[in-house]
Parts: sequence; structure tokens; C-alpha cells
Amino acid sequence: MSLLSATRNLMKPDEVWPFLAQRRGPVDVSHQVILYVEGLSVTFDGFKALNNLNLYVNDGELRCLIGANGAGKTTLMDVITGKTRCDAGTLYFGQKIDLLEKSEAEIARLGIGRKFQKPTVFEAHSVFHNLELSLKTQKGVWPALIATLTSEQRDWIDEVINIIGLNFHRGMPAGALSHGQKQWLEIGMLLVSQPRLMLIDEPVAGMTAQETEHTAELLTSLAGERTVIVVEHDMEFVRSIARTVTVLHQGSVLAEGTMDQVQDHPDVIEVYLGKEI
Amino acid sequence: MNSLSEALGKWRLPANTTMVFVVVLFTVTLLAAFANQIFSPESVFHVSTYTITLLGKYLCYAMLALAVDVVWGYCGILSLGHGAFFALGGYGMGMYLMRQIGDRGVYGNPELPDFMVFLNWQELPWYWLGIDHFWFAMLMALLVPGLLAFLFGWLAFRSRVTGVYLSIMTQALTYALMLAFFRNEMGFGGNNGLTDFKDLLGFDLQADSTRVALFVITAILLAIAYLLSRFIMDSRMGRVVVAIRDAESRARFLGYRTEMYKVWLFVYSAVLAAVAGALYVPQVGIINPGEFSPLNSIEVVVWVAVGGRGTLYGAVVGALLVNYTKTRFTAIIPEGWLFGLGALFVWVTLFLPKGLAGLLDRWQQKKMATDTDDGDKVEVRT
Repeated sequence: MSLLSATRNLMKPDEVWPFLAQRRGPVDVSHQVILYVEGLSVTFDGFKALNNLNLYVNDGELRCLIGANGAGKTTLMDVITGKTRCDAGTLYFGQKIDLLEKSEAEIARLGIGRKFQKPTVFEAHSVFHNLELSLKTQKGVWPALIATLTSEQRDWIDEVINIIGLNFHRGMPAGALSHGQKQWLEIGMLLVSQPRLMLIDEPVAGMTAQETEHTAELLTSLAGERTVIVVEHDMEFVRSIARTVTVLHQGSVLAEGTMDQVQDHPDVIEVYLGKEI
Repeated sequence: MNSLSEALGKWRLPANTTMVFVVVLFTVTLLAAFANQIFSPESVFHVSTYTITLLGKYLCYAMLALAVDVVWGYCGILSLGHGAFFALGGYGMGMYLMRQIGDRGVYGNPELPDFMVFLNWQELPWYWLGIDHFWFAMLMALLVPGLLAFLFGWLAFRSRVTGVYLSIMTQALTYALMLAFFRNEMGFGGNNGLTDFKDLLGFDLQADSTRVALFVITAILLAIAYLLSRFIMDSRMGRVVVAIRDAESRARFLGYRTEMYKVWLFVYSAVLAAVAGALYVPQVGIINPGEFSPLNSIEVVVWVAVGGRGTLYGAVVGALLVNYTKTRFTAIIPEGWLFGLGALFVWVTLFLPKGLAGLLDRWQQKKMATDTDDGDKVEVRT
């Protein structure tokens, strides 16, 4: 970059210098969009997991991502949460925050929470302590050393334990829970942290029909207040919750719209020819 | 009822063991100290000064084991180089004791320690300056290992080095320090290390009363280290540390900068090891580069494994037990000790993966299970 363009870049009249910008403000969603994904590409050993992917998610939206295995759904979540670095593209949270330059921990502190495909909870800790660790509090070493739970925090954890239906297991080590219960616990860990944007990878795998219904209710009730992105294979489930569905195929967006629109989309029909989605 | 069971679950084991640990430690220490001071050497109740010093040495080892347990048992960082921090703490104390000798050395030089006179050095190297003040020596004894641990941890944990690679690096660290301290030009006494100490803060190191006092101080500091470690592990920081051990990337996605937790825990552990080293040197009367040898650090890991990691008291019990066995064993078949130690490690790994503390746990669970069985029966009858 030449000196001139560098100076111009620095002197842009409509931008605040990064070091002067407010550090810990709420995310700026003045244009109603909370997540901008533009031209994102990720390559693993020559395999294009994401290929020039564009995706915009509105604030308060409940968005479902569907697509075959290897379509890039989990990779996209990995890039958003900072686990995987991308080769090209931009990724903005709100108007100002560039997620690509942040670490996993910083992204989590911004209010982006994630539930993994395979439930990962802290097996040695009790259900209660798993939730305590997920609380939206200061996450530094010294604050953690002297931290005590306020009564509001305790009540909030209790409320979440109620929502996820683990009242009788609160003192039990998480490692002793069943697969479905671990799924719930992880959803609870997400809820308790009150994230702005929730990324949920296959929430209903291993759940009974009744639990699936309960999850669908929970997710729809969250939308509006929080932004939720769900990756799921269970089409019935997607149909029951989705307003907008994005279909990924070979690392880019194939179609976007309501479930019915997507199903009638010629590209989708072509790719999934003979497959019922 | 829920909060009650949670409270019980939280306090049952730790509170009990902490109390028992401190009470037992102080009782034994005080009894041994009194038995040494009050009863005459002819009496059957007399505890010899040799035994007192031996016990003091064991307690230093116990503190070192505690330090390793904090990082290994709770955070999964298998350090095979904790002997380095122990030895650095020891050298800090050793340098102070060296300067206290003054003109009572073989060469009678009031400024220079004997080995420097022997090397024809004319003046003290800069890093020996000020070390004749006790407070400064102790500050250095803790600061230098702490800084080293911070630097090492910062580089290693920020680059996300874990597992076997980290263990090998810690071992390389202690090995490099050993080679460096063996060199005469380093100015730490080379091969022979620092020895022939006379007194500490004006108290004669050979006197019985000084030895007993050192032993009691070691016990007190061990108790403080234990309580402090327990406090850390029971705090939310301790829970984050265990979370890092079990699922580090998950902890990162919750917003915890795991590398900072690891660095500070590692520094805490290194400082504990340094305190143990500083207490160790006046009691055994020598510090030499052999303390840096990787073998020593591996032995510490064996103590912790035998006692049971992730429990704190397990590390202390393991250190005391293995070292007592070592003292006995080497008196009978000195060459056989390393084979014995190796066999012990294999045996523990195969049959007692959670160490002796695991045995205690199993026994306690069995007892609790039978207790609740009885409770059920009573309920049925009424």
C-alpha cells in the first residue's frame, strides 16, 4: 500500500480510529443486520470447505442452515467463532466489529455463543457449576479467583435449570448425564450466558420427539430477543421453527427463503434430485 | 432440598480433608518438635535431630509435590521440569547462606565465597550483589523462578503447546539449566554447588533448636500452601482450570482466555516449588546442579501419581510415603532404588490409576452406599 492510500485510509472522515472507538459498547445493529459474511473462503488441503460464501443475518432472526454433509455448515460456524481462520473474505458482527481479527475468547465475550454438534460439557463439574462457568460475567483470572455468585445470578441459574429440566440433576457431575441430558445442559449453558447471537449445531440429535418439540418451542421463543442460527438435518424440525432457510451447497449459498420457497427452488431440486428434503 | 444436597456435595470431602490434613500435620510437627526439645537423648520418647531434619526434608518434598499436583492434577499440564523451580529457589537461599559465611571460609576472604577465590575472581559478580540481605535473597528466590515460569508459560501456552510436547519442553528447560549451572564460569559454584553453610539470620544451622525451628516453619508454610491451593481450587478460577483440563476449546468458546489461566497457575506452582527449595537448602546443607537433573523432576511426578492427583492431600501423602520408602530402601539395597521406583510407577499406573486417594474415595463411596441402604430400610419400616 502506498503512503498516500495509507494516509487516506487513516483519514477517512466517516470512521473513528480503532484505538479511539468505544471498546465495550453494545454491538451496533443500526442497519438491522447483525452478521455480515461476505466472500468467505476456507480451504483445507485443496478442498474448498467454503467457497465465496455470502450470508446476511438480521438482528433477532431465527435462521436455519441446511445442506448435505460437507456443505460447509460447521466450517462456517467454526469461522464465525474464531476456531478456523479463513483464506479470504470479511466477517462483521454488527457494523463495526471485525470478527476475523479476534480470538475465540474475545468473540465469545462479544456475545456469540455456540452449541456444538457433539455435546461438550465439563464432565467433572456438576450441572450447576457448568452453568456457573457459562454465566455472562468477567472472565479474567483475578475476577474468577474472588468471584461469588450474587443472588440474582443464582436465581438465573435456577431458572435455566428449570427450563432445561435438570432440576433433579443439578448436583450431579455432567459426565454422568445421558446424551440427551447433555444436549439440554449445553443448550442451558448457551441460555445462561445470554448471548446476542446463538449458533446451534444440531440441537435435536439424540432427543425424543417430545424433547424435540420442547426445543422447537424454546428456540422460537428466543428469536426476536436474540438472533439464532440453527444447523439441523431433521427437516421436520426445521419446518416447525424456520422462517428463513438458507441452503448451503459445496461451500456457498444455493438458495434462501421460506421453507416452501426453498423446496420449490429449481437449483435445490436439481442438487437434491430424487432426495426429499 | 436441592440446595442442601448441592451444599453437601460441595463441602463433604474438601472441608473434611482440609481440616484433617492441617490437624494431623500440626499435631505430628509439634509432637516431634517437643519430643526433640524436652526429652533427653536417653529417653525412649526422644526424637533425634537427624529424624527432625529428615522430616523437614520430606515436608519440602511434599510442598514440591503439591506444586506439581496443582498444575498436573487440576490443569493437566504434566511438568517434567518442576525440579528447576525448586532448585532455583534453593540457589537463592544458598547464595544468601554463602554470603553469611563471611571470613569463616577456608580462604578467609570476607567478600568472596571460597569457590570464587579458588577461581581467582577479584570481585563479586553483579548478580551476587545485595543477596547478603535476607529479604532481598528471598525476593529473588521467588521472583526468578516466578519470572522464568511466566516467560516459559507465556511462550508455550500462547502458542498452544500441550501434552507430550510441553512435557518434553519442561524437561529440556531443567536439563539446560543443569548444564548451565555445572559450568564454573556461571558463578554458582559449578559442580560442587553451594555448601558449608554456617548460619541463617544469625542462628547456627548445626544447632538443634535451629533445625527444629526450620522444621516447624516448613510445616507452617506447607499448611499455608495447602490452604491457599485449596482456596484457589474451590474458587471459580479453580473450576475454570479443571474445565480447561477437560475441554480446553470449550472453555475458550465460553470466553475464557485459557492461556492466561494456565500461565498464572503455572507461575503460582513454580513459586510454591521455589519456596520448597528455599526451605530445603538450609535443612540439607547443600545445593548443587544435581537438583536440576530431569530424573528428580520425574520422581516428583511419581510421588503425585502414587498419592493420587487432583486431590492436593494425595500429593503430600505420596511424597511422604515414597520418600520414607526411599530412605529405608536405599539403606538396604542402594542400587535397587531406581528399579523399585520404576516398578512402583508401573504398578500404580496399572492398578491404582487414581493413586491412594482413589482408594480412599472408593472406600468412602462404598460406605456412603451402605449408609443410604440403611436409611432406606429405616424409611420402609416406619
